[in-house]
Amino acid sequence: MIINHPLLGPRDASEFTYLGDASLMQRPNPKSETAIDDFYRYLYLRENTPGEHRELWYHEQGDRSWLVVTRNISTHEITKVELARDVARSGT
Amino acid sequence: MRYSALKIFKEAVTGHKGWKPVWRKPAPKPSYDFIIIGGGGHGLATAHYLASKFDGKNIAVLEKGWIGGGNVGRNTTIIRSNYLHHENEGFYEFSLKLWEGLEQDLNYNAMVSQRGIINLYHSDPQRDAYARRGNAMIMNGADAVLLDQDGVRKQYPFLNFDNARFPIKGGLWQPRGGTVRHDAVAWGYARAADSKGVDIIENCEVTGFDIQNGRCVGVKTTRGKILAKKVGVAVAGNSSRVMAMADMHLPLESHVLQAFVSEGFKPFLPGVITYGAGHFYVSQSDKGGLVFGGDIDGYNSYAQRGNLPVVEDVCEGGMSLMPAIGKARLLRMWGGIMDMSMDGSPMIDKTHIDGLYFNGGWCYGGFKATPASGYAFAHLLATDTPHETARAYRMDRFSRGLMIDEKGQGAQPNLH
Ligand SMILES: Cc1cc2nc3c(=O)[nH]c(=O)nc-3n(C[C@H](O)[C@H](O)[C@H](O)COP(=O)(O)OP(=O)(O)OC[C@H]3O[C@@H](n4cnc5c(N)ncnc54)[C@H](O)[C@@H]3O)c2cc1C
Repeated sequence: MIINHPLLGPRDASEFTYLGDASLMQRPNPKSETAIDDFYRYLYLRENTPGEHRELWYHEQGDRSWLVVTRNISTHEITKVELARDVARSGT
Repeated sequence: MRYSALKIFKEAVTGHKGWKPVWRKPAPKPSYDFIIIGGGGHGLATAHYLASKFDGKNIAVLEKGWIGGGNVGRNTTIIRSNYLHHENEGFYEFSLKLWEGLEQDLNYNAMVSQRGIINLYHSDPQRDAYARRGNAMIMNGADAVLLDQDGVRKQYPFLNFDNARFPIKGGLWQPRGGTVRHDAVAWGYARAADSKGVDIIENCEVTGFDIQNGRCVGVKTTRGKILAKKVGVAVAGNSSRVMAMADMHLPLESHVLQAFVSEGFKPFLPGVITYGAGHFYVSQSDKGGLVFGGDIDGYNSYAQRGNLPVVEDVCEGGMSLMPAIGKARLLRMWGGIMDMSMDGSPMIDKTHIDGLYFNGGWCYGGFKATPASGYAFAHLLATDTPHETARAYRMDRFSRGLMIDEKGQGAQPNLH
């Protein structure tokens, strides 16, 4: 797989390490009343359904940026690559 | 039709015209007592034990493709019971005992071959960890022998013992481990279940559940609605997808694992070996091909194929362990989709929906579990209580902090 890095251009996926579903960026509020249940869901439960998947890749052997990659997990086709910090700022 | 030497002889002299298909192709009935979704090893074993050990009647197995097309026919065929945690080891040892009697139970040659498995160690701390694991195995009634370098050398003189970075210092040997012809397992269970009246319905994909007032009363399929008193799901890599139809999120990710087979050679690799310094495991099939594999690709996938970096990685692992493999040519490779759980251990449990039961999270180790998983799931479906060896496999263990994390990797499924 080739990941089209927003700053560095097309890079081989083997330069990256994979973390998983980009929902991991939405850390629950530890002060919330429902924090225990929220953290259980956040940490352990995954949607994991076929088709489009937004996921976190870390450019470990490159510029060490975190990316949010939109990839079809049924075909491995990558349709969008964003810097995770841009995604975090825009809150999507 | 029972198989016997006499039957083979008779067929040989009469032109092999008497062999018949070994399971029927029934149309789905409007309702069943038990529906098992997924005609892989676990689903078929569940149906077999339900009918033969728990007096279950009126059972159907619904398979979206064909029997043997899933992971049961894609794995590298290794069986063993060399786990560390007691929640797992008792279960896998139960499974190994069932493998030992499987062919008599099914009257089917599944080529169960207890040729032994050795996990190699390459450092003193690794030896200590394996000694501890061996003790845990023995305490659970399994067999384990800690070998030093000479012990390994006696069985496998051609390994790369003096590798500068990862010298082979010895291994943990389980003589009762080995391999089983994987698709014969699917066919053998299918035939045995069919002979007890189980309807095995292929090309029948489940597309939804019929849930009324918190109770599952049937399923929707590509071949129409079917009612059921109890529904058991055993769909391996498709677990999240199927349970999403009941609005459930699971502690699972689906990942692809690849398997490789070389051209055939004369027998030279008597048992199974696993590399302790890289992810690589290998055995030699009775046809002579080297059957081997390594790590999962590492990212979520529902495509039943992997990518080249892992092919390279696996072959490098093989080269550093047994350089002789460099002369072998790769003949075939393929991928299968696995249900990687958040602690690397499986689930066999009721769901919060009455009448709906779940079996999954087998990661890349579910083939060896097939008999015990089927037995324990049948026990649960028939009696509504967990089998004694599967008590720890609850779905709520993640919310209760009771993970069974064999590898100590935490909630990172691609590292298990
Ligand atoms: C390459 C590879 C190597 C492996 N090596 C080993 C090994 O050496 N040792 C070991 O112990 N384990 C190994 N495993 C793991 C093992 O194969 C699996 O854990 C185990 O086979 C999973 O259970 P199963 O046989 O029931 O799965 P499957 O055979 O995949 O059965 C699940 C079935 O459910 C069906 N299904 C899915 N969705 C639906 C639906 N909606 N409706 C109807 N049917 C549906 C599928 O078509 C499939 O046939 C390996 C796996 C792979 C991929």
